[in-house]
Amino acid sequence: MAKAIREVYGSVLAELGEKNKDIVVLDADLSGSTKSGVFGKAHPDRFFNMGIAESNMVATAAGLSTTGKIPFVNTFTVFLTTLGLISTRAQVCYGNLNVKLGGAYCGMSDAFDGSTHHATEDIAVMRSLPNMVVVVPSDERSTRWATEFAVEHKGPVYLRLSRDVYPDLYAEDTKFELGKGAVVREGADVTVIACGLLVHKAMEAAEILKEKGVSVRVVDMYSIKPIDKELILRCAAETGAIVTAEEHNIYGGLGGAVSEVLAWGAAGVPTEFVGIQDTFTESGPYSQLLAKYGVDANGVIAGIEKVLARKK
Amino acid sequence: MPLSKARVAELNELCRVFRIDVLKAIHGIQSGHPGGSLSVCEILTLLYQERMNIDASKPKDPDRDRLVLSKGHAAPMLYRNLIEKGFLPKDSMATLRRIGSDLQGHPSMHTPGVEMPAGPLGLGLSAAQGMALGLRLNNSPARVYVIMGDGEQDEGTIWEAAASAPKFKLSNLTAIIDYNKVQLDGTTEEIMPLRDLSAKWHSFGWSVIECNGHDLRELSSALDAAAKIDDGPTVIIASTVKGKGVSFMEGKAAWHGKPLSDDDLAKAIAELGGEN
Repeated sequence: MAKAIREVYGSVLAELGEKNKDIVVLDADLSGSTKSGVFGKAHPDRFFNMGIAESNMVATAAGLSTTGKIPFVNTFTVFLTTLGLISTRAQVCYGNLNVKLGGAYCGMSDAFDGSTHHATEDIAVMRSLPNMVVVVPSDERSTRWATEFAVEHKGPVYLRLSRDVYPDLYAEDTKFELGKGAVVREGADVTVIACGLLVHKAMEAAEILKEKGVSVRVVDMYSIKPIDKELILRCAAETGAIVTAEEHNIYGGLGGAVSEVLAWGAAGVPTEFVGIQDTFTESGPYSQLLAKYGVDANGVIAGIEKVLARKK
Repeated sequence: MPLSKARVAELNELCRVFRIDVLKAIHGIQSGHPGGSLSVCEILTLLYQERMNIDASKPKDPDRDRLVLSKGHAAPMLYRNLIEKGFLPKDSMATLRRIGSDLQGHPSMHTPGVEMPAGPLGLGLSAAQGMALGLRLNNSPARVYVIMGDGEQDEGTIWEAAASAPKFKLSNLTAIIDYNKVQLDGTTEEIMPLRDLSAKWHSFGWSVIECNGHDLRELSSALDAAAKIDDGPTVIIASTVKGKGVSFMEGKAAWHGKPLSDDDLAKAIAELGGEN
């Protein structure tokens, strides 16, 4: 089975709202797209449509959180992490408030709308804020966990969500944990540390390279902040080469986070960065965009080939 | 209830002392915002020392009234009020803006009694709106007050919240504008004309009350009237004087964020009837 991440998020949120009456949901006139409207339909008294006013929406959530509510704020990723940023920094994170930010259309998943609607800097922005936790789910089950986790965790949480359909990756009984990554495919020659859609692209790449005799390990780094330092260092030691892969600018995102760990504890391990090469993107069919900007299986393969050439 | 003559005299005396203490603290660290702290003095003092249902021994009481100081640069006057209510030690004013102090340059959640961080302007009304929504969901009788500056009315987010609070019919929310007509670079008229502030708020769906923001009786009546309005939020446009109480600071943009020299402080204290 494969499900659209936004659909899973919307229905899980509505379901959690049945049990937990403290959950309140806000949207900025995109609830039909972000699927926060599923919650709105089920719990209209706890759903607030703020109009096209992201700054007001996040700051309102900051206030709601001080009355015992657990506000989930929703809009497109790029608007949330730009227009919503001042309150996210000055109130939510500085005050360590219990606000949950759902960035609905990450990466280029709002493909045809073009670069203005693509979110390719959000991980860098959100992970640089003290007190913020950054989680990127990669399938239905990890999205369910991430949403449940956001309710349970006391403090700000940023969920990087996609408009797109992701294949299933995890078994029903998988246990997820903040600060942990998951080895989703074993391998010995190189580790691809990926998040979100790129976990699936890395799995495709690993399958293709297997035929060429290359053994690729794939890690789903669904918790980007805090990050699984121990796992990164173990992969560096065991496979001797690292490729990071994300639907995000190569600067400041997952690649940056992994590099910080490698620089500290495994300097010199060859590393390559698969991601958007510090450029604005464009409109088009999603799969063509992923190919053009090098964030598909071929892009991951190219990264692996480069890193293996450098591996001694 | 109208304030008794005796109570007005007591509160005015507190305001006099608070002004002196705030100026001393700003002088002590040679940093801070005297002008806007003085203009908001009666507004904050009336709310904290007379109106609000708050208790320092129960700082997390779910039914406490809330206040958001959206014009966070007036923090010293907020801190002096919190000291008087027992949220902070009496001697803490001297730690203002110093390393390790709970009294940050702008309000932070480190400070007991502070309900919301503030500093970047334009965000407090939205946060207060969120509190009002949450309290209503909780069936709490608590009220939420938010104090904005007039320069702050330049910020777009203010008008986003101005639009949304009436939509949600937040009659438990009272906004107060410290209308001192001076911002950092000059008068509001020079920097960004506010035009008819009352008409603007009215057109967004608010009940609007205008009063003298240094007259405790007028302010108190305005708060009484706001509490009786049950179909939406109220904004009190409180006319004030920037730097109120110190002749050489009154109405002067230069005193928005300028610390006092030793001479300035001595003159100011003398005018306020204090002792050096």
